Amino acid sequence: MSEHKDIWVFSENYDLMLELLAAGNQLAEGHGSKLAAVLVGSGIEEKAHELIKYGANKVFAVDYPKLKDFQIERYLSILTSLTKKNKPEILLIGSTKNGKELASRLAAKLETGCTPDCSTIVIDEKGKLLTKRIVYSGNAIVTATYLRKPQIATIPHRAFEKQEPREMEGEIIKVEVTVEEPQVELVGINRMEVADVRIEDARIAVCGGRGIKKKEDFKPLQELAQLLGGQTSNTRPLAEDRKWFTGWVGLSGKKIKPTVYIGCGISGMIQHIAGMRDSQVVVAVNKDPEAPIFEVADYIIIGNLYEIVPAIVEALRKTLKN
Amino acid sequence: MPRIIVCLKRALDVSRLKADPATGKLIMTGVPRKISDFDKNALEEAVRLKEKFGGEVLTVTVSAEDAKTSVREALAMGADRGYLIIDKAIEFSDTLATSIVLAEAVKKVGQYDLILCGEASIDGFSAQVGPRLAELLNVPVITYVRKITLENNTVIAERVLEDRYETVKAKTPAIITVTKEINEPRIPSLMSIMKASKKEIIYWTLEDLDIPASKVGELGSGVKIIDVLAPKTERKKIVIKGESPAEIAEKLVKALIQEGVVGR
Repeated sequence: MSEHKDIWVFSENYDLMLELLAAGNQLAEGHGSKLAAVLVGSGIEEKAHELIKYGANKVFAVDYPKLKDFQIERYLSILTSLTKKNKPEILLIGSTKNGKELASRLAAKLETGCTPDCSTIVIDEKGKLLTKRIVYSGNAIVTATYLRKPQIATIPHRAFEKQEPREMEGEIIKVEVTVEEPQVELVGINRMEVADVRIEDARIAVCGGRGIKKKEDFKPLQELAQLLGGQTSNTRPLAEDRKWFTGWVGLSGKKIKPTVYIGCGISGMIQHIAGMRDSQVVVAVNKDPEAPIFEVADYIIIGNLYEIVPAIVEALRKTLKN
Repeated sequence: MPRIIVCLKRALDVSRLKADPATGKLIMTGVPRKISDFDKNALEEAVRLKEKFGGEVLTVTVSAEDAKTSVREALAMGADRGYLIIDKAIEFSDTLATSIVLAEAVKKVGQYDLILCGEASIDGFSAQVGPRLAELLNVPVITYVRKITLENNTVIAERVLEDRYETVKAKTPAIITVTKEINEPRIPSLMSIMKASKKEIIYWTLEDLDIPASKVGELGSGVKIIDVLAPKTERKKIVIKGESPAEIAEKLVKALIQEGVVGR
């Protein structure tokens, strides 16, 4: 028998932590495990109580003024000592870029395996964690299991919906630590434009690609998004080559799963597809009938986006008015 | 003068993958391999730093099968020497096992100022090996970097995160993982390809690195792959046609309302 038990969750992003609790709860059901959250920060008492309402049976609260902002080495050292002492069986970590670095380093320290960006997690009949994730630039879904413990998986934003808060019983364990000075020093932060920050949360996503010639030509896409109560985003070349935007949807960028995705002037490189594959309904507008994006589209419009997009805006205005 | 080690993965060329139509499983035999895209950015950055400060660029590759064509390519791009750790036992190694082999290889290569890796590999895309290597070598790591400035024994780097750029600094030796936007990797000239054929490739086995077989392959791994399937995308693929953009647009809006995804 293994001495490892319980399911733990951690994310430096509080919203994501709530989603991880939902994921953890799903695993814990029928497995007889307890669900614990590791909360690190400053002045976190209220949040610690809230995590119990969102499903944590136990909250390890590490509360120090110096821990107010996420600092990977400090947080890593806390998680390492906590996991070494308490030996969780499963550890779910939020798949932010920092979260993934943290998970990898923690896995190295604990000499165990880590599966990143899991879209599905289940416990198999032998009690082992099974994960599914997209690999090979979106060309494959790999199912994997673990050979060591703890079993570490990182879970992206919106893979699970957070639960409704309920009054629940739970235990808050205050953890005392020594906060060390990090080797990597933060010198400065530059925020990206706010507009495209939360594309992951948008119910409707209107994305533009290289078929859009000038940044100003994004306007009809923005109008369309606005009418539908959605957000606009773009492919990587528009951000990294043309420098019009800071973020993008794709394998190395944001993974979205809106109710409706509308791709305008996007050819559909596999890297972009990997970021929008899980959209519920996909509409693609492209003048090239051979555009690969049409292979993953529900509604295909072969035409000039400069004519089609304003026409959709017009048609929507008419419909919404009636 | 900096001594820079670049970790190069010989990754699957993901654009050449095909699925078996009957089973939906990907056909994994005979898929061509190449230097993983972001690792090429890491190599390019190392060569640029060498062009600025002098020093040396060394590559390290861990592979279950021969990978010398990739190492030759790296030498043609400007690396001075390539280390190739080939051992059949490495097959089925996950990031835990692979990083252990890399760490031992780096220790044997000797002193270094920087280790550069890609932010992730183009096939597995797990973004783990750089950070894991840092833990094994006990050096600072800076991930997702799009700009590197080297000043004496300090490295200043700009990280690309979801909603912000962070500028951070650390003392060397350090490990940095780079993003695609850091540079445009060069295409080697015929001259540099010819020169590269005279550069040295050093072959090591696990035995040369004193790594027992229990540390690699499935025995040394934390994660085991059960199956690899082509993703099912059951899309309707309905082509909306019409005489005019207006007609097409109206048909689309109607369809979206019928789907219940665009509401009133």
